[in-house]
Formats: sequence, C-alpha cells, structure tokens
Amino acid sequence: MHKRLLNTAAVVAAAVLLTACSSGNTGGDSNEKVAITYGVWAGTQTPAMKEIAAAFTKEHPNITVKVEERPWPEYWSTLQTGAAGGTAPDAFWMLAQNIRPYASGGQLLNISDEIKKEKVDLSKYPKAVLDLYDQGDGKTYGLPKDVDTNAVWFNKAIFDKAGVAYPAADWTWDDFRQTAKKLTDPAAGVWGVAAPIDYQGGYYNTIFQAGGQVISADGKTAEIDSPEAQKGIEFWTNLHADKSSPTLKQLSDTEAETMFEQGKVAMYMSGAYWALKLYENKAIAGNVDVAPLPIGEKRATVTSGIVNVGYAGTKHPDAVKKFLLFASGKEAAEIQARSGAVLPAYEGGEKTWMAAMPEFKNLQVFIDAKEYSVPLPVQGNAAEWQGDQTKYLTAAWEGTTSVADATKQYADAIDKVLAEK
Amino acid sequence: MIAPALVGLAALYLWPFLSTFVKSFMKVPVFGAGTFTGVDNYTKLLSDEDFWRALGNSARYTLLVLLGIPIAIVLAALIEQAAKGRTLYRVLFFLPVVTLPVAVGMVWRFILNGDFGILNYLLSLVGIPGEYWVADDRFTIYAFAVVGIWMGLGVNLIILGAGLQSIPVELYEASAVDGAGRIRQFFSITLPLLSPSIFFVTVLTIISALQMFDLVFVMLGSVNNTAIDGSKTIVYLFYEAAFVQFKQGYGAAIAIVLLVIIMIATAIQFRLQRRWVNYD
Repeated sequence: MHKRLLNTAAVVAAAVLLTACSSGNTGGDSNEKVAITYGVWAGTQTPAMKEIAAAFTKEHPNITVKVEERPWPEYWSTLQTGAAGGTAPDAFWMLAQNIRPYASGGQLLNISDEIKKEKVDLSKYPKAVLDLYDQGDGKTYGLPKDVDTNAVWFNKAIFDKAGVAYPAADWTWDDFRQTAKKLTDPAAGVWGVAAPIDYQGGYYNTIFQAGGQVISADGKTAEIDSPEAQKGIEFWTNLHADKSSPTLKQLSDTEAETMFEQGKVAMYMSGAYWALKLYENKAIAGNVDVAPLPIGEKRATVTSGIVNVGYAGTKHPDAVKKFLLFASGKEAAEIQARSGAVLPAYEGGEKTWMAAMPEFKNLQVFIDAKEYSVPLPVQGNAAEWQGDQTKYLTAAWEGTTSVADATKQYADAIDKVLAEK
Repeated sequence: MIAPALVGLAALYLWPFLSTFVKSFMKVPVFGAGTFTGVDNYTKLLSDEDFWRALGNSARYTLLVLLGIPIAIVLAALIEQAAKGRTLYRVLFFLPVVTLPVAVGMVWRFILNGDFGILNYLLSLVGIPGEYWVADDRFTIYAFAVVGIWMGLGVNLIILGAGLQSIPVELYEASAVDGAGRIRQFFSITLPLLSPSIFFVTVLTIISALQMFDLVFVMLGSVNNTAIDGSKTIVYLFYEAAFVQFKQGYGAAIAIVLLVIIMIATAIQFRLQRRWVNYD
C-alpha cells in the first residue's frame, strides 16, 4: 500500500518534471494534450511509421500520433475529399506527382519557419528530391522521408543455369540486351528481362541515359519525341523485338515484380523499395542480387521520394510541424532503415538500411546511384500526362507503331496537358 | 412524419446533385472556387475519343449483362420447382452478392489469367486456345459481363423467386387439366404473370450496369495493365477525371451525361412496359 503510494507520487513528480522540461523547450501551449493523425499508404512501412510515432511521443509526451493507413489508390481519393472537407489527416505522405494542386490550393502547411527555427541542415537531404518538391513559391511544405533510385534486380540462379556471367558494374546497354537474350529460354518459360511500360523504374531512366529528357527544362513542352529520348525508348522496344521479355499482355496479367519473384524473369529494372519484399521472400531471396543500371551515353537514374507534409486545416499546426521535422529527421531515418522497408532520405541512414538485409551484399548500388540521379519529371498535371503513357506507348512496345510516331503523338498529348493552366 | 427523411434526402442527394450540376459548367481546381466556362466541358466531352469509347464499353457491358435476366428466370423457375434444398440454392446464388466486390474481382482475376488461369487450363483440355481475358481489351468487357452477371444473379433470383411464389397454383392445376405441358405452362402462365418482376429486374440491371466501375478497377489490377485504355467505362472515366487528373468540372460533366443517359434509358423502358408487362 505504502509502496504503491510512493510509486504513484514518483510518477506524478516525474511527469511534472517532464512537462516542465518540455514546456521550457517548446514554450506556450505544450502542456495541452494533443492527438494528431498521420496518413500513410504502404502496408510494409506501417510498423516503422508506428515506431516513429511512438518515438516522437516519447520526446513530446503531450502529443500522440495515430498512424492511419489507407491502401493505394484509395489513399488519394480519400485525401482529396478529406482535404476539401476539412477531415484530412494532420500529417500525411505526399508524392511529387501529386503535390501541385495541394500546394497551389493552399492545403499544405508551410514549414519554412520551423525549419529555420530548428536549424534543420537541408544538406542532409538529397538535393534532387528537395528540388522535386520545390513549387517555386519560396515555401517548404515538407522534407523527404525516403529516397529511391533504380538498379537492376537479377536472379543469380537463372544466370548460373544459362552459364551467363553476372552483370559487371560498368555494363552497357548492349551488354544488357545481349544478356537478356542469352537468358531467355522459351521452353522453360523463362525470360531474360521484364520490360513493362514503367516510367519511374523503366524508360525515364534510359531516356536520361541516352542524353534526352522527358520534359523541356522550362517545363513547357514535352521532349519525349526528341531523337535521344526515342533512343531511350527503343532500349525497351528492342527487348520486346528480341522476345527477351514477356509480352505486355502477360505483364498486365502478372506484374513484372511478381514475375521476378516467381523466377520467370531473370532481370527486373526497378527501385530500392522492393528490397525488403524480395528479402522476405525466402523462396527467392538467396538468388537475388542487384547491379547498377547499364550505361547508355552516360549513367543516369531518376530519383524520387516521399515527403511528410502537414494539412493546412489542422487544429494543431505547431504539434504537426514538430512531428513533420521529426518524421523526416535523423532518428526516424534510423527507425526506417532498421526496418529495411525503405532507404531513408536523411544522410547517414544508408548503412543501417543495408545492415537490415545482410545477405543482400550489393545494396550499395542504390546509394551510389544518388551520385548520378536526376529528379523524376513531374511538371504540370503530371498525374494526367503520366497516366496517358499506355494509351500512346503500347503500340510502340508491341511493335505495331514506330517509336517515332508513338512518341510524337504522346508528346502532342503531353503538350496539351502542360499548356493547361 | 416524413420530414426527417426529406432533410436527409436533401442533404445527401439533392445538394450533391445540384453542386455537381453547377460544377459541370465550371473549371474547378481541386481546392477552392472554380470559374464558369459555360458549356466548355460538354463540348470537350463530345470531341473526346476516350468518352465515346467508354460510352461504347458501358453500352456493350449493359447489353451483355441483360443476358443474366433470362438465366435468372430459368434458374428461379428451377429452384421454385426443386423438391428440397431451395434455401440452400438461394444462399449459394446469393453469396456473391454479399461478398466484397474487391475479393470477387481478385479471384476472377486469377481464374482468368492468360498463362496460369484455371479457365484457360480447362479450355486447353478440350483443345481451345485461351486468351488474355483481363489483359486484352478485345475480351475485357466480356470478362466483366460474366462476373457482373454472376454477381447480380442472387438479387435477381430473390426478386423473381418472390414473383413466382405469388402466381396462384390453381392456374397451373387448371392448365394441366386442359393438357398443357411444362413448357407451355412456362410461356403461357409463368412468363406473363412474372412480367412485373422481370420489368423491375430489367430496370435495376440496366441502371447498375451503366454505373459499373468496380470491376474495371479490380479485375484489371494495376494501372500498368495495357488493356485499361480500351476497357474504361463511363464511371471509370469519371473517377479518373475527378480523382486522378484533378479535373472536377470535367468529371461533373461526365456524371451529368451519365445521369441523362440513365434517365432516358429508364423512361424508354417505362414507355415500352405497356406493351409487355401484365399487371392483372
């Protein structure tokens, strides 16, 4: 009885001390209990996000964070209606393709002042990703939580069986094409590579490698029909012409990543975000390795990343701003890295991320790729013109239209979208 | 007494409808006020090849799903005649109705997979080459229709079953005395007396078929499916405009056009019912 009383007293005293401390740190209303919500979409990352929320509450005991997961693509429709109706989460994930209407519509918290106040060192974040979210209005809406670059995942068992050497670090486009050809074995139902119409993990990379770009530097016109960009697309159509890839119909039935996991394709060009999923698939993990993207005219990979942003309509802007900095900060980066789910954006988390998957020895290629990364093209209403890709490019991939014609038509369509205000 | 319901109706249906109608004449950013652009959205819509293709797809799907009604009539008649297990049959056919459409779509996606699906395996046993049912836009609408019919069967059976039960047994007994066989009874007694139920089921089926959206979404899997462009329905187009491309005004115009189409289709049916529906 006495003991219990004493304990209670100690807890109360500690609580008082703690709140005293934190009010000293943050000033003002921090004694007030505040609960905020944090909207995310990827199920694999939810445990890490909950851990980050808990770590934040430890530092700010008066603020609790509830992680709300919604599946893709429902996440976006719910967010859109939620923001318009005042019920959006207080903090949530944002993508560069989607930020424009939210920023220009005044739906996001400007956290520039908080960044200044807390003296956040922006050089710790990949510049290409920060640039991606720059709306040109002088405001900062969020900091990156993760970063993704691309490389080539490959299945060592298929290489061994075909007697083909693993990709060298300095392999070229031609090496890639020949390797894919050699690995293809129609009788066994094995293809050298999966070549879907995939902008981020696929043809944008090769367009930049060929020295082209998707959209002009001023963001006003499409350059996807330039001779260089066409070469970047021919990289993929050639793979189909060689029959080194499952057809687009097969890749529509079974996604490229699934085919790779099933051991039906030997190589799959994509992002670091698959690492944990592949690592946890015991049937294939032992055979999985990763090589840098092949070199065209030069090395290049598109890069992107999720940023944590706050809802302008939140009732607790101060608490949300604190959480946003925390969730994109050093400690959160460590938590994300340990989970292995994503490569954190904050510099220094890479080693921890790699250590989370010790049997994958070459994850360093994703980190090295940051050196030659270019921001993912997201000019104008990107969700609209990127969504049109299959409409215009399928015929080129299937070889029923020339790359020149398909890209010309696609460029015209993109120009129309970019011209809209 | 009816006032509370009216308030709900106004808030949940009338207000959204009016605001959709107004928005269809505006260019609306995702957030904030829009600007009036007159009939711009509508003229754009009429010259949008995607719109016409989606309209064609919805029309094709609707016609195909109507085939589910004769199937439901025959099945309902068979179930009503079954000596036992009627409840079991009804439950079995009703199961798809209470199953999550997303789960249903996923399962069918596996069944219809071009390379590994059960359907193509079965077809190969009898020497028929399979197709990429959910990855080739020549076939996707048929795949949607099969699943749509299967999912709608349960509700149709309940309505038609109730209709069948209200037909007096004496009519069958009397006609049997006059020498009518099963088939004759079906066409001379069952069908005419069931016509009000059939009419009701037809109206509902056409409306829900024109509004079909979820099957495209789930059965085609990801947006990376290259069959998507040739498989969009009207409501899918609306979803895409309003929620993916951030063009709410354009989306509203699509919704209004769909509403008008449904109204016309329903009005025509009410017109035509005088010729074949028997209310005696």
